[in-house]
Formats: sequence, C-alpha cells, structure tokens
Amino acid sequence: MSSTVQRPTWKIWAEGAIVPIVLITIWQLIVAMGWVNPKILPSPLAVVERWWQYLLPMEAYDPATMSRFKWIFSGEMLGDAAGSLYRVIVGFAIGTALALPLGLAMGAMPRVLRLMSPLMQVLRPIPPIAYIPLSILWFGLGNPPAVFLIVIGAFFPVLMNTIAGVLHVDGIYLRAARNLGASRMTIFRRVILPAATPYILAGMRIGIGTSFIVVIVSEMIAVNNGLGFRILEAREYFWSDKIIAGMLTIGLIGLAIDIVMNKTNNHLLRWHRGLEQ
Amino acid sequence: MTAAAIDIVGVQKRFETPGRDVVALKDIDLHIATGEFVCLLGPSGCGKSTLLNAIAGFSPPSAGTITVDGKPVKGPGPDRGMVFQEYALFPWMTVEANVGFGLEIKGMAKAERQERIASLLAMLGLSDFADRFPKDLSGGMRQRVAIARVLAIDSPILLMDEPFGALDALTRRSLQDELIKIWSQFRKTIVFVTHSIEESIYLADRIVVMTYRPGTVKRDIRVTMERPRDSSAPLFNELKREIGELVTAEQQRHEAAERVSLTTD
Repeated sequence: MSSTVQRPTWKIWAEGAIVPIVLITIWQLIVAMGWVNPKILPSPLAVVERWWQYLLPMEAYDPATMSRFKWIFSGEMLGDAAGSLYRVIVGFAIGTALALPLGLAMGAMPRVLRLMSPLMQVLRPIPPIAYIPLSILWFGLGNPPAVFLIVIGAFFPVLMNTIAGVLHVDGIYLRAARNLGASRMTIFRRVILPAATPYILAGMRIGIGTSFIVVIVSEMIAVNNGLGFRILEAREYFWSDKIIAGMLTIGLIGLAIDIVMNKTNNHLLRWHRGLEQ
Repeated sequence: MTAAAIDIVGVQKRFETPGRDVVALKDIDLHIATGEFVCLLGPSGCGKSTLLNAIAGFSPPSAGTITVDGKPVKGPGPDRGMVFQEYALFPWMTVEANVGFGLEIKGMAKAERQERIASLLAMLGLSDFADRFPKDLSGGMRQRVAIARVLAIDSPILLMDEPFGALDALTRRSLQDELIKIWSQFRKTIVFVTHSIEESIYLADRIVVMTYRPGTVKRDIRVTMERPRDSSAPLFNELKREIGELVTAEQQRHEAAERVSLTTD
C-alpha cells in the first residue's frame, strides 16, 4: 500500500498492544491503591478471573449426565453467546431476505421505487428500539419479539444500500451488455446484480452491526438468556466484574463477526478495483 | 455473413435541453460499403460519437434512417459490435468470461465456446491472462480484451468509439497494427471514431471529416496508400496537412463557440 518496507506482523501487534496495556495498568493501579470502590470498578484481574469463570462449565464433569464434549461447552457464557448469535443470525437472515428482493425491485423498476419509496422514507428513521413496546404487544416474550427487532434493524441498511447499488450501476456496462444482445433478464442477473454487489455487501455489513446492537437491547427486555440479558442480570446482583466480562465477550464476538464479514467481502469482491493492495 | 453495408440517409439528431436545443447532426448522408474501414474525424462536439451511437442503436436519430444491409436499425444488437473508449469490460468477470459473454448469450455450447475463446485470446496475445480480472490488466490489454469480446460474436460490423484514445503512443500504434491485421483477415466493416488525424490516415480506407455543431459531413476523403502505411512518407504528410487544415478550422469554430457561451452564460 505504501512505499515503506512492510513491518513484521509481531511489530504491528506489539504496537497495537501498547495503549491497552498502559490503560489496563493504570486501571489496575487505581483499584489497587484503593481509590475506587471495587464494587463500582473491579480490577482488571478480577474481570479476567470472572470472565474465565463465566466461560467454564458450571458443574463438575459427570459422565453419567453428558459427554465430555457437551460438558466443555456447557458454560454459561457459551450458552449466552449461542443464544445471542442465534437471534442475530435468524433476524439478520429474515431482514436480508426481505430487503434484498425489495431493494432490487425498487432499484431496477422506477414504478416500484415510486410506490414504495415514500413509505420506506418514513419508516427508515424510526430506530428499532422504538419498536420494543409494539414487539412485546405483538409477539409477547421470548425469541419472537427479539428476532422481530433484529429484522427491523437489519432490513433498512440492506434495503437502502441495495437500492443505491442498483441505481449506481454504470450505464456503460448496460450498453455493452445490450450491444452483445443480452436480454433484460440476463442484464439483471449478469450485470446489474454483480455490479451492485459492493453496495449490497456494505449494506449487509452495516445491517449485521445493527443486528448485534439490537440483540443486546432486545435481550434486556424479553428473554432470559443471551449476553444482553446476562449483563443486566449481573447489575441486579451488583456483579460489576461480570458486567464488564460480559461486555468484553460482546466486543470479542462483534470483532469475530466483522472479521468473517470482511473475509467474505474480500473474496466475493476479489474483482473489485477498490481492493487493490 | 462476415460484413455488411451501412446506409445513412438524411440523419438528424437534436438534443433538447432546457433553455436551448442543440443540433448535433444535420443532413448526414453516408453509404458505407461492405468491408470498408471508415474513420469519422472531427473535434469534440462534431457529433461523431453521436453518429456512432445512432448506428449502434443506443440513441435513435431525430430524423432520417439508418439501415444495415437494407434492414432499419431499431436498437442495439450483436450485428454491430461496439468497442468503447472506456473498455466497458465487466470487472466481475475474468478475461475469459468477458470474451465469452456474447457467445453465452447466443447460447453456444460450452465446449465450442471455450475453443473459440482460446483461439481469440491466442490471436490477441492474451492467453496468459485468461483467468485474470480486468483490474489486473493495463489499458492496452483491456482494450485487446474488448476487441476479442466483439470478435467473438462475429459481428459483421465493428463500431469503435475512440478505442485507443486513452492509450500511450506506443501501445496505441501496436493496437492499430493489430486492428489492421484483424481487419485484413476478417474483412469486417469498421466505423472508427477518432480525433487523431494521424490515426485516421494510418487506418482508414476513407476518412469522413465532420463539422463542428451542427455535425455535417465536411469532406469525404479516400486514402489509397498501401498498408502497412509509413507515417513519414511524403503522401502521408501531405494528406495530414490537408486534413489538418480542415479539422483546425472546425476546432477554431468550436473554441469560438465556447468563448461565446462562456461570456453569455
């Protein structure tokens, strides 16, 4: 990317670790000096210890009740993470499945755009959080209201980017395809769709980010597991170390999702000029 | 069918913009014979690309008719393969897929298609790049792919809109030579838009010099020199001076018109 010699990977990592290490050291010192109440701000070591505890299985291994493999994954955190991820994946998948065809139709057919655009413009600025009361009224408690909120959260970013992607297809590609004798259907499938992919994938990336925010909020209201539920529960018991441990897990999972999305993007868009290194 | 004739009769093109109408083409009458290599030459704004787009069927004339082998042009189609200045390769398709796309549309069987693609890539020196994406190629290579793409569909007519305009001088010359070779081999009818006087003399059987707005035919010149042409030969330079005067006059009208529109706007 730049003309300077590529830095070795370990150096990049070491450099990136400096600021966190300094901050954590200061944090540890503040707590160790007794300047704050550890109930309000636990020490980083306490958080890590709690995080580890949260990760491990809660009961001793007993071959009579379950296999060893199942036991390893029986910890509270993994159960919570699985619950949250399940909601994100289902909600995001439904939201995308609704937004993608609608966005393609709105982008490709001016008539559909004229029909649907005013409604979408009014609904779009309503934050998913504002749907919480309605979601409980409609779907009660449990997964359905949470998934509903995530669907809303994922829907609009994917929709808006899909429309923009189709509308921004360079006319020269359409002309080249028509010149080669392509039918409207072929042009849609082989030209418009791939040309809009960078926009669509960017929308999906924003959409999954929104889904992840919404899942945490939705778990604070309607369900009794998941990472969002767990940190709210920890507050009720004044377990501030567990709150932070839960937040840390949320951050790590968010990072993992983003890395996966990024890798997928780079693979699907390997033809794209913006990715030249 | 390897080539076809184009008849342009009384063609006019008017662009209506708010405030004023622009007459881009006026009273164009041209007969382009089967297998002829014609250059449309003129300064920007003379309507040469407009005329090419009308032949291609992208933008129908406001008046007059364009027929290809007696059949009126109704829209774009693979009988008139177009090479664009901006290459217009599909960036999400590999070189191979780009070249094969027109054949795929035609419904050619895969094995036959692959054979044809391979021979075209070999002819244009692209065999090593078959599975690359356009972003990995230089401008000259991209334009080779675009040429291979229209050759693949075996259009009787090739329409070329300043295809080498964005290339450096050396690449440009090598592609010009390549094009002449291809044309001698396949004898397609070629309509080639350019604003380079030298390029038109180097390539064409016939140079149609156009006037600046409204675009009309100013002069229709036959070039009879043997190919490959020597751009330092006396006859070449004489022609260059003669056409240069015609084009310069139009360029000056263009610049004068721009000054007027700048001062009145």
